[in-house]
Amino acid sequence: MLKKVRIMLVFILFAYLAGCANLGVKPWERDLLAKDEMALDAEGNDLGLDDHIYFSKEATSGGRAFAGGGCGCN
Amino acid sequence: MQLTSQSNLTKQTKKITNVNSALAAATCALLGSASVVQAEESVWEMDTALLYYGETDRVTAVEGVFSAKKDFGDEHVFSGKLVLDTLTGASATGAVSQPNAQTFTRPSGKGQYEINGGDVPLDDTFKDTRLQLEAQWTQPLWDDMRGSAGVHFSKEYDYLSVAVNGSLARDFNQKNTTISAGVSLAFDTIDPEGGRPVAFSEMVVNQGQFANDQAYQVAFDATRQKDSDDKNTIDLMFGVTQVINRRMLMQFNYGYSTSDGYHTDPFKVLSIVNDQGVTQSLVHEDRPTERTRHSFYWQTKYALDSGVADISYRYATDDWDINSHTIDSRLRFNISDNTYIQPHFRYYQQGAAEFYQPFLMEGSMLPTFASADYRLGEMTAYTVGLKYGMKMPSGNEWAFRLEYYQQDPKNAGFDEPGVLQQLDLYPSVKAVIAQISYSF
Repeated sequence: MLKKVRIMLVFILFAYLAGCANLGVKPWERDLLAKDEMALDAEGNDLGLDDHIYFSKEATSGGRAFAGGGCGCN
Repeated sequence: MQLTSQSNLTKQTKKITNVNSALAAATCALLGSASVVQAEESVWEMDTALLYYGETDRVTAVEGVFSAKKDFGDEHVFSGKLVLDTLTGASATGAVSQPNAQTFTRPSGKGQYEINGGDVPLDDTFKDTRLQLEAQWTQPLWDDMRGSAGVHFSKEYDYLSVAVNGSLARDFNQKNTTISAGVSLAFDTIDPEGGRPVAFSEMVVNQGQFANDQAYQVAFDATRQKDSDDKNTIDLMFGVTQVINRRMLMQFNYGYSTSDGYHTDPFKVLSIVNDQGVTQSLVHEDRPTERTRHSFYWQTKYALDSGVADISYRYATDDWDINSHTIDSRLRFNISDNTYIQPHFRYYQQGAAEFYQPFLMEGSMLPTFASADYRLGEMTAYTVGLKYGMKMPSGNEWAFRLEYYQQDPKNAGFDEPGVLQQLDLYPSVKAVIAQISYSF
């Protein structure tokens, strides 16, 4: 059963990667994507401050960035 | 996960202030000679922020951030960050409310505090200052491959964390697909005020039963371990970033984190209650020494005609049995060429840790691990906020953010005996977040 699931997962992963080949834009079509606010780490300070708040107040952290270590925040 | 790549030629060009080097670059280009490295060197990009976080009747924190970034040419990027924060106020101890007043010993063992009947037991002695330093270097390596390495340092009165990280990213399909892998190693040391409590040791409360101060101190010291303890964390992260079309960008991260060492909160206790719900004693909590976590994170950014939609979802699960779902969204609307507003909404839901217990029952066997820290219990939380940003004619930017954050802890299915039924054991926590940012 587990083996079947693994094969399925690998298949899905390859299908996804193959699908990626058809996605995307040409270099001259990056006008909107090149805007500062479209960067995934735009507003880095806001994201860092939010990560610190939620790391201190909730049981889960990370996802966007590394989860571990940091501080003994209460 | 994202390495700071994005090879934003437009961004770099904007930042070039040295007219001479720009002209030199243009001349070289016209003459067909090799480009001049200094010509691509950008100026320092500085981002500063001051954040206020204030909970009603509980913790207040003020945090200042200064970050700087510079491209030294050919995407050789340095970024550094300095964070200073101060924290004061009251934090929930884990003890349950009672109809009558309760007396607690401070974690240091020096002094006591009283909590009125019906009130949530909060220890109001929290006061800490923390300094955090970070440095990161990113550069191209070979064949569309980028490497990044960094260090992280955080120090507060009773806690030290040092971490190193490294990651690799490779672009495919004309930079439309990026695959990345990273590792972070963190080494934390804790040396709490008053020492680390012995697991499930009873809080010593001086109510006149001791012959003198020395007798009290001996009893208190018997509940404490004097030396410091540590925790080591290994984080792995694998990411895929995909450009979908001219407007849409998508990212998927899988994160694995395993930590080994001291995970207990030395300031948290559990009430031991009788079958009437009346507290008989207080014991110090104890958590497992290992934790393994998995996170699945998906983020999409979509360029609107006049703004950006940013939506993310995270599912996290771990071997403490804590599962959580987080939805985060920011919608930026450009009001004019230089101003924007950005509503923010976040929703969070978590299940309780397997060893979470709001209180322990008198006469029943002590569990292997137990914590009444509401942050390990079942809860939902939401954040709503608004940000306003404006770019000055100089290109520098001011931004103001105001948000409201509320946590609503829930009963994870525990029966409440006697008097506890009339008390609020799962009070909401309400906080205001205010932030001013300036980029130059």
